[in-house]
Parts: sequence; C-alpha cells; structure tokens
Amino acid sequence: MSRFFSLNRHLAQRLGFAGLTLMSVLTVLPIVAVVLYIIVQGAPAISWEFLGGFPRSGMRAGGILPAIIGTLYLTLGTAVFSVPLGIAAAIYLSEYAADTPLTRTIRIAIINLAGIPSVVYGLFGLGLFVLFLKFGTSILAASLTLSIMTLPVIISTAEEALRAVPQAFRTVSISLGATRWQTIRRIVLKEALPGIITGVILGLERAAGETAPILFTGAAFFLPRLPNSPFDATMALPYHLFVISTQVPEMPIQIQYGTALVLLVFVLTMNVIATVIRSRARAKRQW
Amino acid sequence: MNKIIIENLSLQYSDGTESLRNVSMEIPANAITVLFGPAGGGKSTLLRCLNRLNDLADVQVVEGKVMIDGENILDPKTDVIALRRKVGMVFARPVVLPMSIRDNLTYGLELAGETRRSKLDEAVERSLQLAAIWDEVKDRLDDPAIALSGGQQQRICLARVLALQPEVILLDEPTSGLDPISTGKVEAALQELKKDYTIVLVPHSIQQAGRTADYAAFFLQGELVEYGEGSAIFTAPKEKRTEDYITGRFG
Repeated sequence: MSRFFSLNRHLAQRLGFAGLTLMSVLTVLPIVAVVLYIIVQGAPAISWEFLGGFPRSGMRAGGILPAIIGTLYLTLGTAVFSVPLGIAAAIYLSEYAADTPLTRTIRIAIINLAGIPSVVYGLFGLGLFVLFLKFGTSILAASLTLSIMTLPVIISTAEEALRAVPQAFRTVSISLGATRWQTIRRIVLKEALPGIITGVILGLERAAGETAPILFTGAAFFLPRLPNSPFDATMALPYHLFVISTQVPEMPIQIQYGTALVLLVFVLTMNVIATVIRSRARAKRQW
Repeated sequence: MNKIIIENLSLQYSDGTESLRNVSMEIPANAITVLFGPAGGGKSTLLRCLNRLNDLADVQVVEGKVMIDGENILDPKTDVIALRRKVGMVFARPVVLPMSIRDNLTYGLELAGETRRSKLDEAVERSLQLAAIWDEVKDRLDDPAIALSGGQQQRICLARVLALQPEVILLDEPTSGLDPISTGKVEAALQELKKDYTIVLVPHSIQQAGRTADYAAFFLQGELVEYGEGSAIFTAPKEKRTEDYITGRFG
C-alpha cells in the first residue's frame, strides 16, 4: 500500500516538474519566434543602401537612414534630460529623504507615472512642450516627452541599485570623517554605478522603441533631409515602421521587415550592453 | 588625566524608550576602559555617543554632557567631522571599504585634505605597523581589502582608524567574529596602543573584559551599576548585581 503511494508521489512530482519546464519553455518561445521571423523576413532587405540611404519613390524603395539617425537623436535627447534628473531623484530618495508624507507622495507619483499609457504621454507632450512652450513638433519636444516616460524606470532601478549598497559602508565612511555627500560620491555611487547604468539603458531602450509619445510631438511622416537642430521634426524607426506598414499602399513587405529588423537590433544591442555591464560588475563586486 | 567626562547623560529612542539613564563617568587617557554587561544595556549606544554616530540613528539626548578635552561634544555647534577624526571607531563586523588595502587606509586622510603621496605612504606604513598587520600585507597593498581573512580585515579597520591619528579609539565588540589567534593579535595591539591613546572597548565576552580592562564599567538596562579599576571590579565587585553577572548567575 505504502509503496503504491510513494510511486504515485514520485509520478506526481515528475509530472509537476515536466509541467513547469513546459511552461518556462513556452514563455521563451514567442520571443524566439518573433526574432527569428523578423530576421528571416527582414535580412534580405539589409544592404548599405538600405542602412545609409534616403527613402525614394514614396518610401517604397531606398534606405531608412533618416529614421535611424532620428531614433539615435531621440534616444540621446531623452538621455540628456532623464539621466541626470532620474539619478538625482534616486539619490534623494535613497540617501536623503526621510519617510514623510512628502516623500511617500513622490514615491506613489513615480509608481503611477510608470503605469500611464504611452499615448497619454504623447498628448501631454503635445499640450505642454509643443503648444504651450512653443517648441513645435520637434526633437526637443519629443525627447522631453520620452524623458518623462523614461524617468520612473530610471528612478526606480537607480534607487534600487543605491539601496543595494550595504549600509555598513555608509556608517564606516561617516565614522572616518566623511560628509554624507562625500560618502555618496566616493562609495555609494561608485558601487551602484553598474546597476544605475543598466537601468538607464533599459529605460532608454524603451524610449527608443516607442511610437505613441513621439506621434504628436516630434515624429515626421517623411523628411527629405536629416534634421539639423533640436527644433526640427525627425523621422524615427518605430514611427516609420508604423507609417510604411499602414499608411503607404503597395509597400514592399521586405522594406517593412527590414525596418523592423533594424529597430530590433538597435534595441537588443542596448539590452545586451546592459546585461554585459551587469554581469561584469557582479563578478567584480567586493561585497 | 581624564580625557572624557560624561555628566548625567540620559538618552532615549525616538519612540520614548529609555536607552541610558543618568550616566556619569570619567574615562582616563592612556588606558583601556571597558564597558560591559548584558545585551541591550546601552554600552554600544554610549560608545556611539562619543563620536556622535548616534546622529545617524534614532537616538536622542535627553540631557547631560559629554566633555572631551573640556568641550561638550553634544553641543549642536560641535564640528562632528573633526570630532570623528579625533575619535575613531572600530565596529563589530570588520567592514573594509570596497577598494584596495592602501585606499582603505588613506580614505579618511584624503577626505581630510591630505594629498601628498609621501605623507599618505608614511601613514599607511605607520598605522599598519601599529595594528600589527604590516608584515602580512606590505607586499599586497594594492590588492582588494576584501581578499583578506576576517581577522586581517579587522586589523585593517583598526589601522584605518589609526591612520587619522585620532586621540580616542572606540571599539564595539571588535573581536566578536574572530578566531582566538586573531583576537589575541588585536588585544596585543590594543595593549601597545593604550600608551598613546584613550581606548574605550565594548568586549564581546566577560573573559575579554577581564583580560583587557584597566577600568571597567558595568551596565545593566541603561544604568551604570558600577565603575572602577578593572582588577577591583572583577575580583571584588561592590555591587551584588555586578557580582551576579561576573559569576555567571545571569546574562
């Protein structure tokens, strides 16, 4: 009798593990499928002309250089605003802020900021930056809009990285005659930096792939030249992909998938860089 | 000569619980003064009062004074940075900073504005010698300090304090995580150091208290029960509660 039960339990355990394994494989499957499909469909479109040329024949031929450059500009523009602001906010929250109603409100605001749909950011950017501040449909307005969207990611990952630095380092540093700021600058920030950089890259990566926030604030349907000032509108990869997939009749499917592939590589490269930084820092970490 | 004079000091936590009650004692220079007693008696809190490290915790001064060289360091106008350079501290767990051995030693000095390489090198060697660890690390000063053993790390921590040429050294159970040999080395270093420094030690055991104390203070639930020369307290305590603790009847 007891043997029967133990056999049964064994079997149940095995079935359980098999089920869990299957589930985890299933989660990986869509990612692999998407990436493979895009590569297979998009790879034939990739050429020097495609990467380095301007669109021709109503975007049905030629290259996507303006969209690539535009996405680079938008990503850098977003970094300029969101990185200093985000890190400063994270330092304040992690190192200085006491638990008061004010800081609790700030935290709740940050969490909620992360939950706002991206198209709402787009409308907000249109209202504030494009119209009210009169930046026009421009790289500046789009970067600022993307920055607001990216801030919660950067703040929360940076704060987490700062909090992970052992409290004992701070106490020891203070006991050796350091001020709070010296402690932050010389010990805490240095140790948290890899984690902060990882968060920054992940945040910017999201910004680079977004369409809705730039739709009304900075993205151009088609530009025959590269933008040459922050007040110019710009083409961008995600928006360009949307345009050529829905707005242009008789679009060669190759160009659509080629564009998707370039965007995917752009974003995945950032992801890989973030992963490498994190794992290297973990190996080198002295605590 | 008394280096530190504590007058009617009472501390409490922010929720109102008492931490220390009306403590008065005089801590002489060039001696090891031991604060001992069961956990939660206020020893560490008192220790952290002497370099104002309690500023970081939720401990408030209710009343009283702590005079070091005749100045009340609890005064809000006290330069706490200068105070912490003068009153160094070694913690229970050896916490080396995530940098090389050399950088651990020069960290405080650089913050104090010392940039001359020769002065820094000199301080590194002098303080490592004093902490009895120079011979073990002199060929690997640029290695990460975390690579050392726990006992070595704790002596690095002691050396790091000595590099600042303090006048008072506070030690909060500095050997609680160390093996007997490392403990012996730290205690031997302290015996040498007391010739030049004022040392206040919270020992991790009653035996260590007995071995090291020139003066000993027995704390029980925030109260200073008995204070006097170590030899007297550990052989002929005046208070029944002290005797009970020493003889192992509680704690």
